[in-house]
Formats: sequence, structure tokens, C-alpha cells
Amino acid sequence: MAGDSDNISRTELWGGNGSPFRISYGKQWMWMFLVSDALTFGGLLTAYGFARHQAPSWPIGEETFNAMPFLGNGYPLLYVALMTFILIVSSVTMVLAVEAGHRLDKKGVIKWLLFTVIGGLFFVGSQGWEWYHFIHGTHFGSILTSEGWAVVDYNSANELILRMGRGLTITGEKAAILFDSATATMQGANLIENEYAPLVPQYANFFFFITGFHGFHVFSGVVFNFIILINVVRGVYEKRGHYEMVEKVGLYWHFIDLVWVFVFTFFYLL
Amino acid sequence: MERDDLVQDHSYSVSANHDEAHGVEIRKKIWKVTGILTLITVIEVLIGAFIKQYDSSGADNLLWPYVKIGFLVLTVVKAAYIVLVFMHLGDERKSFKWVILAPYILFILYLIFICLTESSYWFEVFQGENSINP
Repeated sequence: MAGDSDNISRTELWGGNGSPFRISYGKQWMWMFLVSDALTFGGLLTAYGFARHQAPSWPIGEETFNAMPFLGNGYPLLYVALMTFILIVSSVTMVLAVEAGHRLDKKGVIKWLLFTVIGGLFFVGSQGWEWYHFIHGTHFGSILTSEGWAVVDYNSANELILRMGRGLTITGEKAAILFDSATATMQGANLIENEYAPLVPQYANFFFFITGFHGFHVFSGVVFNFIILINVVRGVYEKRGHYEMVEKVGLYWHFIDLVWVFVFTFFYLL
Repeated sequence: MERDDLVQDHSYSVSANHDEAHGVEIRKKIWKVTGILTLITVIEVLIGAFIKQYDSSGADNLLWPYVKIGFLVLTVVKAAYIVLVFMHLGDERKSFKWVILAPYILFILYLIFICLTESSYWFEVFQGENSINP
């Protein structure tokens, strides 16, 4: 909550002896850091848009990311939706920790901060799984046919399906002929090539860099939260009389959630 | 100078503390926003899973441009709720709010504009009618 937004004269506000924004130095510069970090992410996502806008084709999110742990393929966007939900919930538990801090409720802060740390670890783990799956690729990979690159798939009746991109599929005898005359194969993704978009190798590079940079933020956020949690347990902030440190790491944590909202839209939905 | 976050009786640190009754009110708002964010995510995923970018023949789905704009609007709504409510920027002084938001919005809009203009040009060069590709 804001310190006090009641009427204070301009001379008192801007006359020194305190922040004219009625916000502490630490919080203010956490915001400044977040603005600069947001510009970094903004630059990365705009670069992604730049590459995508000039590319001849681009993989479709719900076809690339349709796997669930333990269940296999065929669940478009479900896992990433779950990841997004986990991150939003951990953001909520963070707000609740900050709110408990304003009431000087040490037990409440510990409880909610602990949930936040656990949620963050779940998210990092999920991202690790997502990367693992992305790198290893779909079960059958891509092949180069006379009609261009095709992602190989089989339906439930074990019939061959070739996904030609743009939602186009080839099945039956034609698929078998194309399959037999394939001149090259590709499986999984790395920084040189990827099966999801054989014609735009940058796709995987952007995926690794942007989700990796975000994942690194999540990881450091978990570490920060954990350090603050230890301090709360030791009673550092109880002695200080306010839990503003929880609020500051909270700002960072919400920022991570904020960035993910955009990564989710640009990599998975659009 | 003394670190103002270590000073106990500073106006904008301690007055931020509130009582239980006020806390109930704030928590109610938090859960409301949680509901809104979850609902928007569910809607996005359902749209993403069921509305296809291309129809079965590989032609563009004419609805898709609207879906795309819809996704962007929903994303910005989500972002606004996170920044203004969860990060409490909406509760800070107006001057501080704009010190944070105005430069960012200005710069990022310019960046988006210039990158889309530039990549439209490169699209013409590589994929357009008179492209350098054979």
C-alpha cells in the first residue's frame, strides 16, 4: 500500500528530507531496476517479433507444445497453461505474504513465502521438462520430402500423418510415397537446426534465449525469496518493525510473472 | 545518509502497516484479481486450442487476425492487473506511477513500431514479389 497519499504541500514534498514520491529508497530503485529489466525483455521479444514478421512461415504453438508429462502428446497448450497457472498462484501467495507483513504477522509471512518458493521451484522444474522435451523433439522428427519439410506423426490407428505446416496434413498412400523418398531427417532442436521450423533455425534460438533468460530470473527469484524467508524466520524484520524487504523481493517476483504473461502470449498463443 | 528502509518510524514505511480489518478488505481484492487472471488464462488457452490459425486446406483462417488482437488485449489486461494491484503501483503516488510507466510505454511503442517497419521491408526483400530469392 502507498505510504500516505493524503495532502502534503509541494514545498514539503520536494523540499528535501524525504522522498517526494513517499516511497523508500530501496523500493524506488527496485522499480528502476525492473523498468530496465523490462526493457531488456521488451527488446528480446521485439527482436523475436522482428524475426517472425519477416519469416516465410512460423511453427504453430499448439502443434509444437502439445505434450504432457506421463501422458504423451495430444494435449495442446495444456502443460504450459498449468505452468502459467502455477506462476500466477505463486504471485498471489507473494501478495498475501506482503499483506501479512503489513499486519506484522510473522507466521503468515512465513507460510505464504514458503508457498511462493515452492511454486517457483515447480515452475523452474516444469521449464526444465519443457526444454528437455523441446530438445529431444517429437517422437518421429521431421523429414525433407519433395514437397518440403514435414513433421512425421501417427494417428491412433497407427496410420502415417505428415504435417506440412500451415495446418496442412497429408495422409494415406501419398504420405507413404513421400515418406519413402525423403532425402533428409531432423529430430529435436538445437542452436543450428530444429524440427519444428526447419526453414527458420532462429526459432529455437529465440525459444532457448528468451525462456532461458526468464527461467534464470525465476531461479534467482527463488533464491532471493528463500534468503528473505530465512531472515523472516530469524526475526530480522520483526525487530526492524516492518516487512518492507518482503515487499521488495515481492516486486521482483511479480515482475517475473508479468514477463511470463508476455512470453506465454508470444511463444505459445500467437 | 541513513538507509530509510532501516528507519523504524519513517512515515512511508510504518504507515504502510495496517490492521486486521483493513487486511480482510485487501485480501478480498487479491482473491478477486486472482479469479480474473485465472479466468483470462483459461479463455486464452481455450481459444488457442480450438481456433486454428489455418483451416484444413492450409488457407488462412479469416478469424485469426481478430483472435490475435484479442490475445494482445487480454495480455495487456493481465499485465495491468499484475502491475497495478499485485505490485501496488496503482496505490503509489501519481507522480511515481508515471515516472515508471510513461518512459517505458513510450520507448516500447517506438521499438515495436520501428522493428515491424523494418521487418516488413525485409519480408519484401526475401519473400515479396521481387524478392532476391530465386
